[in-house]
Amino acid sequence: MALPACATTGERIWHYTFLFICALVFLFLVGPLLVIIPLSFNAEPYFTFTSAMLSFDPEGYSLRWYQDFFTSEEWMNAIRNSLIVAVASTFLATVLGTIAALGLSSRHMPYRDLIMAILISPMIVPLIISAAAMFFFFSRVHLSQTYIGVILAHTALGIPFVVITVTATLSSFDHTLTRAAASLGASPVYSFFKIILPLVTPGVVSGALFAFITSFDEVVVVLFIAGPQQTTIPIQMWSGIREEISPTILAVATLLVVLSITLLITLELLRRRSERLRGLAPS
Amino acid sequence: MSETNQASTASLTTADGVDLKTSLQRAERRSRRRAFLLVLPLLLFLMIAFVFPILDMLKRSVENPEVSTLMPNTVVELADWDGDSLPNEEAFVALHRDLVAGRESRKIGKVATRLNYERSGMRSLIMKSSRRAKRLEPPYQAAFIDLDEEWGDPTLWRLIKRESKPYTFSYYLSAIDRQYSDTGEIEAKPEYQQIYIQLFLRTLWMSMLITFLCLLLGYPVAYLLANLPMRYSNLLMILVLLPFWTSLLVRTATWIAILQQQGVLNDILVSLHILTEDTRAQLIYNKTGTIIAMTHILLPFMILPLYSVMKTVPPSYMRAARSMGASPLLAFRRVYFPQTIPGIGAGSILVFILAIGYYITPVLVGGQGGQFITNYVAYHMQTSLNWGLAAAIASILLFVVIIFYAVYNRMIGVDKVKLG
Repeated sequence: MALPACATTGERIWHYTFLFICALVFLFLVGPLLVIIPLSFNAEPYFTFTSAMLSFDPEGYSLRWYQDFFTSEEWMNAIRNSLIVAVASTFLATVLGTIAALGLSSRHMPYRDLIMAILISPMIVPLIISAAAMFFFFSRVHLSQTYIGVILAHTALGIPFVVITVTATLSSFDHTLTRAAASLGASPVYSFFKIILPLVTPGVVSGALFAFITSFDEVVVVLFIAGPQQTTIPIQMWSGIREEISPTILAVATLLVVLSITLLITLELLRRRSERLRGLAPS
Repeated sequence: MSETNQASTASLTTADGVDLKTSLQRAERRSRRRAFLLVLPLLLFLMIAFVFPILDMLKRSVENPEVSTLMPNTVVELADWDGDSLPNEEAFVALHRDLVAGRESRKIGKVATRLNYERSGMRSLIMKSSRRAKRLEPPYQAAFIDLDEEWGDPTLWRLIKRESKPYTFSYYLSAIDRQYSDTGEIEAKPEYQQIYIQLFLRTLWMSMLITFLCLLLGYPVAYLLANLPMRYSNLLMILVLLPFWTSLLVRTATWIAILQQQGVLNDILVSLHILTEDTRAQLIYNKTGTIIAMTHILLPFMILPLYSVMKTVPPSYMRAARSMGASPLLAFRRVYFPQTIPGIGAGSILVFILAIGYYITPVLVGGQGGQFITNYVAYHMQTSLNWGLAAAIASILLFVVIIFYAVYNRMIGVDKVKLG
């Protein structure tokens, strides 16, 4: 991207214009997320910067919305529900998805493309359609408005992410290793736990993180199939935005941005570790 | 040549004397079975928890059980009715019996609601008649017409006869602003009732606009990321992935805080004297709001596929074109751009598929004018409780998505989707 020394004036102008355009797009991407962080410390119940905030007067800032959040029974209840549902559905999706990925990455898998299409479908079908379909079906089998119903629904939505990441990790897996293990007398189960699993763990963990965030962030399906008992954080935010919009939402939003930064860093570290383990040059 | 080959393989055997070919086939069959058994639990789970509900929804969009199951006697009597004259006394006797039975089982309301979708006023007519049916005296034909002269109208009877079939397309017709005419032909609904076609079209063109905006904003950024040295591009990539990983509701709430009339953007514009206090711009709760927020939300889905394609274009091609005298613009247009078309296709289809199915963001920031068709799926499921119509609209949307998905799958393969 560096400008060659012989660049003409026109090329120079174009080069800097191009960089400026890119900078604007980056600002568009992350600017909004950065704006809400200071706004969540607003002492006033407004969604904009007060004059006290702009002059960096300590009076203009406060933690009241965070206090609001941590002392609110509704929000704490929502956190608990979100964690229960996300952890349970991540566990189910990861276990089922990893086992299936082992089969899918085998050379001998029959009807591979068709089965893959079915396993990926929850990611492709718009959420509102999945929500409608599950709502009709779950109310027929008395699973709507139950924790089990929400967990099963989120498991289905998380499965494609686990399947995609684990099969991707397995695709570069060296199968001579399992053959070597077998020739040395290891049973398939033993070689799975001793050889395959340690090598694909980064892929499994990042798949699990995707499944977790999918469930943790999901609104539409919960909106339709959950009862008031199963209110999750996104639902609480949804009703907060629709009904009485208070800056508590911004405090929660800030906490969630911090959470996603943490997840992002974890994933990046996992990716590097996975590449090291598989002997790929770090890219 | 092939004969000698066959002869030599036929003579090969494994250590325990089994023909090698059979033994290999057996081993292969075993590993096929093992691979399949590993996938089976997940496949069964998804079949039950996801695929079956979708099929069930498709079935619901054509199901029409109300009249056929709750008015069985009337349906039988109407089977040989000519459809023009008033039905005979037997039909009215059957109607009487069905209404009395329906009132006792408290299920007649379902028939009333169902018929009301086709002709307004049917709900109150059926409910009123079923309430009074027990006290009516034969001859029932005269008694019913005396109760409400609508019962003497052959078009009403034709409606009941038409809706007595166990399956119907009328929900699909409603979903595209059509209806059955009195004679059973398909006709357009009256103008004031036409909403869905317009909404489908609006969903499509707004999704296209959002896709185009994403491409416009995403292309230069993807180009920059693909051509910077790794250590810079990895850092900048975080700026793309952060919004991708941030909760959808957080991003939507952010845009509300920024775009509303007393929000950050309007404040900045006012303090720069671009706007005055009285002319604060209405940037949210309309189409503009939906387009801005959704472009932001879907932009990473455009940048990531574009980036992975641009990464594979060797920079030497552009240099070669330049060295042979092409202007930068020509080199870009004739050499670089054609090679990025697969990325443009992949990103655009992905963004488009995601956009047409969006529900949360249009509802929260779209106001009246920025709603998508998904809003009506939710409305008919939660508010009007016309589940057949909700299922029909959802099925049409699903059909559109599947077509685009098939194209996408042809082009890149779904398991190649990069997840960051």
